[in-house]
Amino acid sequence: MKLDARIPAGPIQGKWDARRFELKLVNPANKRRYKVLVVGSGLAGASAAASLAELGYQVECFCFQDSPRRAHSIAAQGGINAAKNYRNDGDSIWRLFYDTVKGGDFRAREANVYRLAQLSVNIIDQAVASGVPFAREYGGLLDNRSFGGAQVSRTFYARGQTGQQLLLGAYAGLSRQIGLGTVKMFSRTEMLDVVLVDGHAKGIVVRDLVTGEVRSHAGDAVVLATGGYGNVFYLSTNAKGCNVTATWRAYKRGAGFANPCYTQIHPTCIPQSGDHQSKLTLMSESLRNDGRVWVPKQQGDKRRAAEIPEHERDYYLERKYPSFGNLAPRDIASRAAMQVCDEGRGIGDTGLGVYLDFRDSIARLGKDAIAARYGNLFHMYAKITAEDPYSRPMRIFPAVHYTMGGLWVDYDLQSTIPGLFVLGEANFSDHGANRLGASALMQGLADGYFVIPYTIGGYLAGQKAGAVEVDRPEFQTVAAGVADMTRKLLSIQGKRTVDDFHKALGRIMWSKCGMARNQAGLEQALREIPALREEFWRDVKVLGSAATLNQSLEKAGRVADFLEFGELMCRDALERRESCGGHFREEWQDDGEARRDDENFCNVAVWEHAGPEQPPRRHTEPLEFENVHLAVRSYK
Amino acid sequence: MKVTLHIWRQSKASSKADFAQDGSMVRYELDHVSPDMSFLEMLDVLNEQLVHQGQEPVAFDHDCREGICGACGVVIDGVPHGPERGTTTCQLHMRHFTDGAEIHVEPWRAAAFPVVKDLVVDRSAFDRIVQAGAFISVDTGAAQDANAVPVAKADAERAFDAATCIGCGACVAACKNASAMLFVGAKISHFVHLPQGRVEREQRAKKLVAAMDHEGFGNCTNQYECEAVCPKEIPVRVIAEMNREFVRARIREEPAAKSVGGHG
Amino acid sequence: MKWLFDFWRSSVGGKVTMAITGVLLFGFVVAHLLGNLQLLSGPEALNAYAHFLQSKPGLLWLARIGLLAVFGLHVATGIRLARANRAARPVPYAMEDTVQATFASRSMVFSGLTLLVFVIYHLLHFTFGVTNPGDFARKAMGAGGHDVHAMVTASFSVPAIAIAYAAFQLVLFLHLSHGIQSLAQTLGLHHARYTPSIKVLSVVLAALVAGGNMLLSFSVLTGIVRVAS
Ligand SMILES: Cc1cc2nc3c(=O)[nH]c(=O)nc-3n(C[C@H](O)[C@H](O)[C@H](O)COP(=O)(O)OP(=O)(O)OC[C@H]3O[C@@H](n4cnc5c(N)ncnc54)[C@H](O)[C@@H]3O)c2cc1C
Ligand code: HEM
Ligand code: HEM
Ligand code: SF4
Ligand code: F3S
Ligand code: FES
Repeated sequence: MKLDARIPAGPIQGKWDARRFELKLVNPANKRRYKVLVVGSGLAGASAAASLAELGYQVECFCFQDSPRRAHSIAAQGGINAAKNYRNDGDSIWRLFYDTVKGGDFRAREANVYRLAQLSVNIIDQAVASGVPFAREYGGLLDNRSFGGAQVSRTFYARGQTGQQLLLGAYAGLSRQIGLGTVKMFSRTEMLDVVLVDGHAKGIVVRDLVTGEVRSHAGDAVVLATGGYGNVFYLSTNAKGCNVTATWRAYKRGAGFANPCYTQIHPTCIPQSGDHQSKLTLMSESLRNDGRVWVPKQQGDKRRAAEIPEHERDYYLERKYPSFGNLAPRDIASRAAMQVCDEGRGIGDTGLGVYLDFRDSIARLGKDAIAARYGNLFHMYAKITAEDPYSRPMRIFPAVHYTMGGLWVDYDLQSTIPGLFVLGEANFSDHGANRLGASALMQGLADGYFVIPYTIGGYLAGQKAGAVEVDRPEFQTVAAGVADMTRKLLSIQGKRTVDDFHKALGRIMWSKCGMARNQAGLEQALREIPALREEFWRDVKVLGSAATLNQSLEKAGRVADFLEFGELMCRDALERRESCGGHFREEWQDDGEARRDDENFCNVAVWEHAGPEQPPRRHTEPLEFENVHLAVRSYK
Repeated sequence: MKVTLHIWRQSKASSKADFAQDGSMVRYELDHVSPDMSFLEMLDVLNEQLVHQGQEPVAFDHDCREGICGACGVVIDGVPHGPERGTTTCQLHMRHFTDGAEIHVEPWRAAAFPVVKDLVVDRSAFDRIVQAGAFISVDTGAAQDANAVPVAKADAERAFDAATCIGCGACVAACKNASAMLFVGAKISHFVHLPQGRVEREQRAKKLVAAMDHEGFGNCTNQYECEAVCPKEIPVRVIAEMNREFVRARIREEPAAKSVGGHG
Repeated sequence: MKWLFDFWRSSVGGKVTMAITGVLLFGFVVAHLLGNLQLLSGPEALNAYAHFLQSKPGLLWLARIGLLAVFGLHVATGIRLARANRAARPVPYAMEDTVQATFASRSMVFSGLTLLVFVIYHLLHFTFGVTNPGDFARKAMGAGGHDVHAMVTASFSVPAIAIAYAAFQLVLFLHLSHGIQSLAQTLGLHHARYTPSIKVLSVVLAALVAGGNMLLSFSVLTGIVRVAS
């Protein structure tokens, strides 16, 4: 597997311009003869589908929800970064670039991150033009807030639902094109495989989730914007439908999978209440702007928060990281929380939780100001916990939230399979080993609105339009394979439910490949997962037919893929013998702080599928840092 | 706690043309329900139980499970999204039901929302309404600087109040006339309070209303039931605004522009 | 014309039609009540009023035709919308419940149709003299052929008639108590500050109109007005 990142030469500020000039253009009259298949309708997919259609390409767009508007991007709360420097507080493209590289613990590609910072400013313009009601000040201009890992105020937000508002903006653009007939939308349709013709991605095989029909779609290029794989842990802040299926099946067709072990654990989620729990709910990180994180100083202090006097409280983030305090980056804040809980100072019945306290800011700014900023988050918290965060501190605990790893892509967002492009959370590109808050929305929209429209043209210009039809044998064989798997899942009729297996996998992943990892644990996981997988294929119980809506069947297919993917994750975690960002190997630390090994691991690990039951091959793409010099990441 | 459920089970999808039902309300007993469970988690438990008994689990739409994607939604004892105000089904917790409660669970009922299976309905009518004109016609890249046009905070807030609609369809399910006017009103209100959206206000009002009528939703008779069940508490003010926008658009329309307003 | 028809056929257009015809009908009912209140101030007053109306046949007929048109449009549109609404929910809920919709709002069609029945009966009664020819005849006799006072008092001295009229007024109250605020909302008059007051006003006005009519219905039985001898 050859990994050519195809980064343009020249100074970093000019790389994107240089590439846009190098890229061949498709003659406007010919554009409509090319068909692009976009899988995913989240921020990345919707913005890409709309933008490509506006350019004149025929687009087909797919999502498994009943409407493209429900893509998981909808759930994003906190905000989106942009180097607008409207605050005049010293922000700049360079600073956003620097913060992101540093926040990613120096495991991201400089050129991509710089381009992201450059494009961030256009995203806000585009969003506002398409009707996104960002928060504003009385002067009528846009408001900003600060977010973790940054000392400038560059985060644009829309109350507590920035994701929904941005997605509705992209969805509106997509809907406009659907109305114009330039985009064909396929909702309740799940992509189950990629079809390669002469080594190029020329189509996909999907299952209509309502009729059960397995169908082939041919195109001149395929774009995957299918989101992250956090649900490999079963419990996460991701929507229930989030899956690895699309990217995993692409991986099995030859796309390299980069840094699968990089997962982000978000520090501010609502603690689990019982084992009936089906998902965890995030409390936006923006809360850390005004909330102070603390636990009791002495162990096993079971008094109510109000009864614990000031001097017996340990505001550990402010203590450990004076300059960033409660706004320390996620990986650091999460581990710090885990530490105090391990010390037996965790709060709540389970002892797995810390306080996020608004007492002081309510005293300082007044209840109304706080309500205006976080009203709906407090509302959500009260609903779930039946506790009033205005009068008593929130209980929070870290939870799996985001996956930095994903399909490997070059500077043009093209995977190792020609013609297969990967956008948004599904690719590995911009966040290194840890993503800073409010930067995933930015990346998804940058990829979809402003990168793919150029780079895909460069590929298509070299392709004969509409060369491939679905009647080719390649499609038949792949479709047959998909149908087989469905049949197999329904034929087992064992004893354990799909969720049962999923939960079991989740427990393994969380305990062995979660917030802290070590060799022994990972090796054990690598024994347990294959065993669980074997049992799954022997004993899973999936009822109903393949010819109707069958949600257990959908789940079963996704869990089957997680059961294979989880193994790759652990393998990657085992091989990366260093601690960096979200990947914390207990063997490599200085009392709780991650210790990187830039000598041997300043690289991207890219995994190549070597066939069924074969161990995958590990390749690396070395990372050069010419503009930000490698340093120990400190927020002290 | 224990609950007794009466759930609508339907295996064959009904279509707009054919609403013939082969469905019925089926009774299920469920023990070991925790008050901290969400309503959907309670259904999860039921489904696990059903699978073990060899019966097909109950199909219901859901995804984010935190009240924002708009996928979930069932009618609980006659009220869409259940007894709590401003709450989606996934955010409704069992602590709001008494031990031993009898709970009736049904899908949204509307000609424009045919049942797909059990509690799952087809809400694509909403997407088609949006496609008809609930957008600002701006191509990617054509935007000016975000701060070039100031927007009064009050306007931004009003637009936002409408923009919070999650497209769940509860308004239609609750309305005795199965009217979608709260949803469509929300779309119109969202854009009309923003300078960027005001440019196309007349086209939009006419196209959305035409599309809405085309889908076979009922007509609003100002019963305000929709507002009461809307998980985002969108006020019926948006319906008044829609009426105003529509009339304004029709009155100002040039004879030449007659054709406009055709179905999406 | 097509423009108007398209407008009327659209959902919002239909609503607005109900509202506009609603206002006019409301206006008529109020005016009619004020006119009829003359009954309390003796035969001369009422008959003078009736005579005044009769003396301008052109105007009168214009008003009647206009009123008929408005009424017809209101009814026709109301029925059209009601049928569309039924079709919009082919399968009813097994378990129905209502959170905040008022009874009046849910029974507009019923109350409306009942009013239709009333109006037809009312016309047969006082305008065409079909139901009580005796009383109707009295009208022709006195006061230059317009002894409305005699006719009305004679009829309202019959308890059954008086009670029937009064009963219909309850329906009118029901219809208007929702109708008046409803038309404001339909015509786009909605404001966080004023809407609550409009809703109260709606009930008050409806009560005044229906109450006034009831007062007249019972005016004879209660002895407020004496039957013209
Ligand atoms: C609770 C929460 C809060 C967040 N808050 C923030 C925040 O404040 N700021 C920020 O920057 N980021 C935030 N994030 C991260 C950010 O929301 C996501 O990373 C980002 O939205 C991902 O967008 P996407 O388009 O790549 O994928 P998604 O939005 O997940 O879209 C995936 C799409 O792919 C489709 N799909 C998936 N698999 C298949 C398949 N097999 N076949 C067909 N279609 C498929 C889905 O239907 C969907 O349309 C948050 C994430 C979570 C979970
Ligand atoms: C003198 C008699 C009547 C008066 C004064 C009257 C008045 C009104 C008013 C003010 C409204 C509110 C309009 C709106 O909601 O926008 C209304 C609505 C309605 N009327 Fe009447 N009406 C009368 C007779 C009738 C009759 C005979 C019918 C028979 C069908 C009828 C059916 C309706 C219906 C169905 C509505 C509901 C429409 C809505 O609420 O939007 N009305 N009426
Ligand atoms: C108790 C109350 C009422 C009384 C005493 C009353 C009395 C009358 C009388 C005397 C006439 C005949 C006038 C004439 O032909 O010389 C009349 C006509 C009429 N009334 Fe009433 N009325 C009452 C209530 C109503 C109500 C509530 C309505 C409507 C809902 C109504 C609608 C009409 C109409 C439509 C006419 C025909 C008008 C015309 O011929 O021009 N009336 N009424
Ligand atoms: S208006 Fe409210 S109820 Fe209707 S779809 Fe939107 S959010 Fe749901
Ligand atoms: S409930 Fe129905 S009648 Fe109108 S106000 Fe809401 S749409
Ligand atoms: S599941 Fe998303 S709103 Fe309920």
